[in-house]
Amino acid sequence: MTALLEVNQLSKIFGGLVAVHDVSFAVQSGQIKALIGPNGAGKTTLLNMISGVFPPTSGTICFNDKPIQKMATHRVAQQGVARTFQNVELFGEMTVLENVMVGRHLHSRGGFFAAATRLGGMRAEEQRIARDAMLQLDRVGLADFAQERAADLPFGHQRLLEIARALAAEPKLLLLDEAASGLSTREKSDLVEMIFKIRAAEITVFLVDHDMDLVMGISDEVVVLDHGEKIAEGTPRDVQQNERVIAAYLGEEPVDVENG
Amino acid sequence: MKQTPSINATLLIAVLSLAIILLLPHFVHDKYYLCVLSFVAIYTILVVGLNLLMGYAGQVSLGHAAFYAMGAYTSAILTTQYHLSSWLAMLIGVCLTAGIAYLVGVPCLRLRGHYLAMATLGFGWIVYIVLLHWDITGGTSGIQGMPNLSIGLPLLSNQAGHFHLAWSNLLVFDNDERHFYLTWAFALVILIISANVVSSRVGRALRALHGSELAAATLGINVARYKVQVFVLSAAYASIAGSLYAHTVHSISPSLFGFTFSVSLVVMVVVGGMASVWGALLGAFSMTMLVEWLRTIGQSVPSLREFDVIAHGIILMLVMIFMPSGLFVTIRDGFARLFRRRTPQPLPAPPAKEVALP
Repeated sequence: MTALLEVNQLSKIFGGLVAVHDVSFAVQSGQIKALIGPNGAGKTTLLNMISGVFPPTSGTICFNDKPIQKMATHRVAQQGVARTFQNVELFGEMTVLENVMVGRHLHSRGGFFAAATRLGGMRAEEQRIARDAMLQLDRVGLADFAQERAADLPFGHQRLLEIARALAAEPKLLLLDEAASGLSTREKSDLVEMIFKIRAAEITVFLVDHDMDLVMGISDEVVVLDHGEKIAEGTPRDVQQNERVIAAYLGEEPVDVENG
Repeated sequence: MKQTPSINATLLIAVLSLAIILLLPHFVHDKYYLCVLSFVAIYTILVVGLNLLMGYAGQVSLGHAAFYAMGAYTSAILTTQYHLSSWLAMLIGVCLTAGIAYLVGVPCLRLRGHYLAMATLGFGWIVYIVLLHWDITGGTSGIQGMPNLSIGLPLLSNQAGHFHLAWSNLLVFDNDERHFYLTWAFALVILIISANVVSSRVGRALRALHGSELAAATLGINVARYKVQVFVLSAAYASIAGSLYAHTVHSISPSLFGFTFSVSLVVMVVVGGMASVWGALLGAFSMTMLVEWLRTIGQSVPSLREFDVIAHGIILMLVMIFMPSGLFVTIRDGFARLFRRRTPQPLPAPPAKEVALP
C-alpha cells in the first residue's frame, strides 16, 4: 500500500487561536481511516484544510504525491477528493437527482455555448449525466426519491444523498464529516454497510466522527486529536488503550468499547 | 412531499403565453399598444438575463440599467456619429458591454448578498452620471436619430470593369408592426437559448452555487468563474436590449437608464418568478402593462400621476408575501392542480424501503 494522502506538520491559526498544531499522518490507499477527538479538537478544521476550503497556516498536504495545500477547493476536487459536511450541505431547491447530477460536474464538459446551442454532443452528455447519477442513487437506495426536492427528504436520507453526490464525482478519497451524527441506530448500521461497500469499490475513506462505536468498528487505523494536536495514532485497539486518549476523553464522554 | 411538475406543464404555459402575446397585434390594432408590446419584448430580454444572474446564480444586481445603457449608447453613438452599420454597432456594443461587465464582475462577485447589490448599485450610478455629463453622450438631452435596423443582401455589381459591393435592403424595420416582430424575434431566440442554458450542466452548476457555494466548490465547480460568466452573459443580453431600444425608439436619454429602472427590472424578475426563464416573459408583460394602465389613469386623474412608483413597491411586497415563487410557477401549479382534480391519479407506489424512524 502507498500513501494516498500525506499530512505533514500541518498547523492552522485563526487570529490568536491555534486550531491545529503540527499534525502529521498518512492515509494509505484503500484504507478506512478515522479521525476522532473531543469537541473543539480541530477535526473539522483539519478536514477543511484537506479539502481546500481554506489553506493551512503552515505545513504541507500531499495527495497522490502532489502538494494540494495551496489549491482552491474546486482544484482539490479535481485531484480526486470528495467530501460530505457535518451540517448537510445539499442544494435544497434542486431535486434529489439533480443534486447527484451536479456531482458529475467533473466528468462532463458542456459550457455555456454548448448548453445554449445544444451542439457538440450536448444531449448525449446530458443523458449520460442523468444515467450515471441514477446509478449512484441506486447505490444508496434513493432511486425512488429521484424527483423529490432534496430539502423535503428526511434527515437520514439527506445524509445518504450527500454521500451519493460525493461518490458521483468518482473520488479517490472520500472525506466524511460526522456522517453518523443525527442518525438512528438502524440508519447507522446502514451507513456502516455503505462505508464497507465504498471501500470495496476501491475508494479510500477518511472519516471524522464522534461516535466511538462506529469508528472503532470499521476503521483500519485511527488518529486522535486533542486541542489541535495529535495525541495518538494506530489500530482501534491500540488507541483505545492509550492513556492520553483515555485522559482526553474522560469527563467528555466515556470510551465505549462494546459494539452496538 | 412536493413533486416537481413535469417539463410538459412548463412548456405548455410557455407556449401559451407566447402565443397570446404574439397574436395580440391581430386583435389590438392600436399602434400605441403595438409599441408597448415591443417594449415588453425588450424588457423580456433584460429580465431573462437578470433572472439568470439573480434567480439561478443568486447574485443580486441593482445596476443592470447600466449595461442596458451601454448597448443603447454604443449603438446610438456609432450609428449617428460614425455612421457604422447598425448590426456592427450592436455587435460592438455587446463586446464592449461584456468586456466592462467582466472587469466589474471579477472584483464585485467576490462580494456576497447585500455587498454585491451595493457594488452594482454604485456602478449603475457611475454610468448614469457619466451619461449625464459626457459630451459624446449628449448630456440630459441624449441622442436622437438612430437609423432603423434592416436586413439586406450583399450585391456584387460590375460597373465598367470595377466590382462594387453594395447592400440591398430587403426588409427595413421601419414601422411599429415591424419593430414588434423584430424585437420579439430577438426575445424568442434569447428565451430559447436561456431555457437551454438553464436545463444543462451549466444551469445546474449555477443553481448549485446558489444553494451552497461551499458544496458546489467541493464537487469541482469553479464558483468564481461561473459567477463572472453568468454576469457577463446577462450584461450582454442587456446590451442587445439597449441596442434594440435605440434602433426602434430612435431617441435615448439618461433618464431611461437610472436607478429606478434597475429596480423595476428586479421587480419584474420577482413578479415573473425567480429561477424561471419563462417567468421573465410574464414578469415583463404584466409589469409593463400595469405601468401603462396606471399612466393612463394618471392622465385622467392628475392626483394619481406618480402612483406607478408606489404601485411597484406595493406589488413587490404583495408578491413576496403571497406568491414568493412568482407568476409563472403559481399559474403552472394552478393548472397542474386543475388537471389532477379532473383525472383521478393512480395511487403513488409505496416506497420500496421502509423509512427508519429516528
